[in-house]
Amino acid sequence: MRHDHLLSAGQLTREDIEAVLDRAADFADDPGLVGDRHADRLLALCFFEPSTRTKMSFDTAMKRIGGDTVDMGSVESSSVKKGESLADTVRVIEGYADGIVLRHPSEGAAKLASQFVDVPVVNAGDGAGQHPSQTLLDLYTIRERAGLDDLTIGIMGDLKYGRTVHSLASALTNFDARMHFISPESLRLPRGVQFDLHDAGARLREHTDLDEVLGELDVLYVTRIQRERFPDENEYQQVAGEYQIDAETLERARDDLTVMHPLPRVDEIAPDVDATDHAAYFAQAHNGVPVRMALLDELLREDGGDDR
Amino acid sequence: MSDPERELRVSKIRNGTVIDHITGGQALNVLAILGIGGDEGMGVSIGMNVPSDKLGTKDVVKVEDRELSQGEVDVLSLLAPEATVNIVREFEVVEKKRVERPERVVGLLTCPNHNCITNQDEPVESAFEVVDDGVRCEFCGEIVREDIGDHLAVH
Repeated sequence: MRHDHLLSAGQLTREDIEAVLDRAADFADDPGLVGDRHADRLLALCFFEPSTRTKMSFDTAMKRIGGDTVDMGSVESSSVKKGESLADTVRVIEGYADGIVLRHPSEGAAKLASQFVDVPVVNAGDGAGQHPSQTLLDLYTIRERAGLDDLTIGIMGDLKYGRTVHSLASALTNFDARMHFISPESLRLPRGVQFDLHDAGARLREHTDLDEVLGELDVLYVTRIQRERFPDENEYQQVAGEYQIDAETLERARDDLTVMHPLPRVDEIAPDVDATDHAAYFAQAHNGVPVRMALLDELLREDGGDDR
Repeated sequence: MSDPERELRVSKIRNGTVIDHITGGQALNVLAILGIGGDEGMGVSIGMNVPSDKLGTKDVVKVEDRELSQGEVDVLSLLAPEATVNIVREFEVVEKKRVERPERVVGLLTCPNHNCITNQDEPVESAFEVVDDGVRCEFCGEIVREDIGDHLAVH
């Protein structure tokens, strides 16, 4: 892989993805593999929205590959509160760091940032847009558990606003995957994402009922139905319960079904699933570190990435 | 063949541009795309929803003393894919420009996604890729298919 920035999963080829995942597997086996290549290099963490896992795993990953991080801190304590534009913020931070990890509440924020700086920008979530580094760790987890070819995957929950879903679906078009999207009508995949999937020749079907496809799935990727997205509480209540799973639900699934979730979960996966062999979401979160080590190692290399 | 009634509605111009076969009702949006607000001093004639064999109804715009560039003609295609553009000098049509869809349009449309970064007071122009049946925001991916004229940044 040789990209200046990682803005969306759509820019990743199968070769790109496999290179990062292979490298991540190497790092998982031997975290010291990178040596001191990134000593004295700094990664700026610019999170305009709250984050626990993504921010901490980028922070950890950068330190694990020998570099360090500088953190913008919360929006409330930054110049953003004074009305500074994102373009100005990243232009200033470019002078401090060798790369920028950006989370922002607006779609397209990372793309905009990339137009104003020369250092690599990693999109760590832009509103309801994309979250490509999450997708890489999702794919790593899927590859470990079920493989990436001849895959039947169900993606369930808030498909409209779920940026992890948009990125994952886009990346899966590189593989032999049958995608089933399960959601309330009001939270179906947005038009732009559907456009890309059809354009890529994806095999996909949409459902409102998990039971229509549960028995076929290798992987069930669950996301939170975001209560705050519904204009009417009653409308939320009508659909929320339909998209919760528990151990009893999974009795209707294949024994080797893998259940994933980008976390945090609220009530869409009951705690009684945690102890089953289906549960992969905590391992999935842990995979964020080696995957982001591999990603940062690639993006921050100054040699074009040819001297492994 | 000339139509006396149509001649009365929109008179001939000496020099300038005639945009014909505009989708009915889109004439004002076409002027907006061209940045013509009426206070520039040039003569502008507009015929709206006039009968058309080809389109049922159509709009016609005649702009005096201004010749459209090919770039301006290209963006017209978003609103008026069937439009014909004639450059007129001394009452004669000296050039017919073809309307072709551009690959992208920059700074012309606002993104209908209110949460798009281009709507957040950032120093950046909107940019849309022209796709088969509409346009697509290059920042957030939002697709606009219907009523593109409602999203003109130049209104």
